[in-house]
Amino acid sequence: MAKINLKIDIRTSPYIRNAPTVPQIMRNVVYALLPIAAFSVYRFGISALALMLATTLSSVLTEHLFCRLADKKTTIGDASAVITGLLLAMTLPPGFPLWMGAVGGFVAIAMGKTLFGGLGFNVFNPALVGRAFVQAAFPVSITTWTPAMAGDRFIEFIPSTLALPFMKPAETAEWTNTVAIDGFTGATPLALMKFQALMTDSYDLFLGLTAGSAGETSALLILLGGAYLAMRRMLDWRIPAAVILGTAISADLFYLIDPSQYPTPTFMLLSGGLMFGAVFMASDMVASPVTPLGILIFGLLVGFLTVVIRLFGALTESVMYAILFANAATPIIELYTQPRIYGAR
Amino acid sequence: MGLLKLFGKKTFPHGIHPPEYKEETSRKKTIRLPFSSEIVLPLSQHIGASAIPVVRKGQYVERGELVAEAAENGLSVPIHASVSGTVKDIDLMPSAKGPKTLSIIIETAPSSPQIPIHGAAQDYTRMDRKQIIAAVKETGLVGLGGAGFPSYAKMMIPKDRDIHTVVINGCECEPFLTTDHRIMLEKINDMITGIRIVMKAVSAPKAIIGIENNKLDVLDAIKPHLPTDGRISIEAVETKYPQGAEKMLVKSLLGLEIPSRGLPSEIGLVVFNVATMAELGVLLPNRQGLIERIITVTGDDLKKPGNYIVPIGTPLSHILDYAGFTGEEAELILGGPMMGLPAASLDTPVTKGTGAVLVLDKRATKRDDIQPCIKCSLCLQACPINLNPSELGQLAAKRRYDIMEEKYHLNDCFECGCCSYVCPSNIPLVQYFRIAKVMNRERHIQNG
Repeated sequence: MAKINLKIDIRTSPYIRNAPTVPQIMRNVVYALLPIAAFSVYRFGISALALMLATTLSSVLTEHLFCRLADKKTTIGDASAVITGLLLAMTLPPGFPLWMGAVGGFVAIAMGKTLFGGLGFNVFNPALVGRAFVQAAFPVSITTWTPAMAGDRFIEFIPSTLALPFMKPAETAEWTNTVAIDGFTGATPLALMKFQALMTDSYDLFLGLTAGSAGETSALLILLGGAYLAMRRMLDWRIPAAVILGTAISADLFYLIDPSQYPTPTFMLLSGGLMFGAVFMASDMVASPVTPLGILIFGLLVGFLTVVIRLFGALTESVMYAILFANAATPIIELYTQPRIYGAR
Repeated sequence: MGLLKLFGKKTFPHGIHPPEYKEETSRKKTIRLPFSSEIVLPLSQHIGASAIPVVRKGQYVERGELVAEAAENGLSVPIHASVSGTVKDIDLMPSAKGPKTLSIIIETAPSSPQIPIHGAAQDYTRMDRKQIIAAVKETGLVGLGGAGFPSYAKMMIPKDRDIHTVVINGCECEPFLTTDHRIMLEKINDMITGIRIVMKAVSAPKAIIGIENNKLDVLDAIKPHLPTDGRISIEAVETKYPQGAEKMLVKSLLGLEIPSRGLPSEIGLVVFNVATMAELGVLLPNRQGLIERIITVTGDDLKKPGNYIVPIGTPLSHILDYAGFTGEEAELILGGPMMGLPAASLDTPVTKGTGAVLVLDKRATKRDDIQPCIKCSLCLQACPINLNPSELGQLAAKRRYDIMEEKYHLNDCFECGCCSYVCPSNIPLVQYFRIAKVMNRERHIQNG
């Protein structure tokens, strides 16, 4: 009886969807990182650019290689490995030897991601796994900071950048002395605070006019990138908010105990990788909780650990460890923070 | 709730805002679809035991005549002939419920005037609760909103419970659907009669009609017809999906939560759909059986989308033919795009619970590859029941159906589809949950 000739497609509800795809989300994270990367290149020159390329290429190639080994379709198209590589570069000193950066990228993807089963299954933020490895393997290079705005930065590499694998990188001290403009030393604000009890101006910190890792210096650009992602619902703003809250509360606590010995909360928030870690690292969706209360606890924990390690640890930089520890705690945090369902008795 | 009220919008937490696609049909007056040459009446169009045929092959039946009576035990309602004609067969036929189901097939008498028969008029104001409930059962009425729960059974309130409010659901939150909207404009008096009948049957002092604020024309149309004693009121709530779920509507209107896995009557409520009320207001006073309903016919490649009055049992082919369908490859959906059932065949009939026939072009519904869950938490932010679809989905992938049920409240999921709608990884979460529920049910049966 049917006059209609129709090929029927069968599926179950819902038949409509509206969501950005995973590759779209990842690509947007890359876009949010680009201004930060550009600022870094502007300030540190071609060394920073080369480092980003080294870690990113190494991350992407590692991901491709491991997909091949596992006989899977390559997943480099989802752009998540690009993010890992970029994030890693941002946490390293701009003059970090390229080969070490490449090793970091390899470890980040191999040990931080594919070992756990790839995207969606990593327990830790892969970029931080990579950084933790290079911190352990190359302790000198990762604490060798160089000043920004060197005159020749667009034509000349920082001496340590092009170190040969397994060779001691060239000393940068001499180079630093020749390029340093008044007051600009290679020491980061956190190191100045810790070892010389010198505070850096908040304004400089906010704009990122200090020495430091390639991408962590400008709080302004970091917040702008985060806001862009949050507005597109590609970043859960509650995570950075909770980390910032946790840091502020913890820093405040110590500052209230002894303002002469401990830095101000503003300094704590704006220095080091805190902002970058809060917006781009702690918010790694896969390794952070999904429950509302869990997100709050996670953020407070990151903030608290950051402050404690900064104030009492041997290292100046601590956000990385704080986030890794909180990543490890994520499953248990989630277990105890399941939301109360509608109509629960 | 307090904060949401500040913005003047009654609503519930979470949910989604899909595009509405309602302009196509919401402004057109409802029209009657011509009779098809054959209709198919599945014996199970409601929740509960199938009806039992009381007609034979070859028998002539009048439109409105009883063709299958309610099963004696448990939940069940009778079925009435929706056309005058000859019983062609009682056989297995395709239905939207999945496998073929036993159905009465009636060949429409070509020369019949198709005037429905009914019993002697009855005045509900002179009937007691029991008589009303028995009369409602005789009409074969079920919830026309989709679930197909027998209406009489909803009115049987346990003795220890008092009903303070009848909630009338006029939200119609599914995209594309506009039948309730049209009914609330065109059949106001029938609807109010239906509401009064229910209020009497459950001894409720008041009733609230809840509509979404994308149908404010309804508010203006109904207000003058409301009784002056204030016992029936109407209120607008935020336009949001799944506002039409009774749990969400109750939360939005009254700030109350229906207990998990419980009934609205536990908190003094009964909830009925507006279309059900409009039918009840006609059927009970006339002692008539439910033989037709209004459905939205819409989607891609249709020349005449609109709201149509169709006899129950009309096959989809006839409806699409009349609505001028020109497509060649599509998805056929009975109901809305969020929760509707897929129809596998053009022979599938419209049943009592079918609110819409939706045709979606294949291009509009193309699928991307499934990616691993990246724990973006968007599904948690969408779930109106506050479940953790992300965790549930990952447990489903590991086949840990037991934990899903015991620790993560799987059975509270009413499959609204919000989680699937927002998932960037394109994980068919609702499908996973349906499978998990079935597996658990089987496991429980096996374990006794």
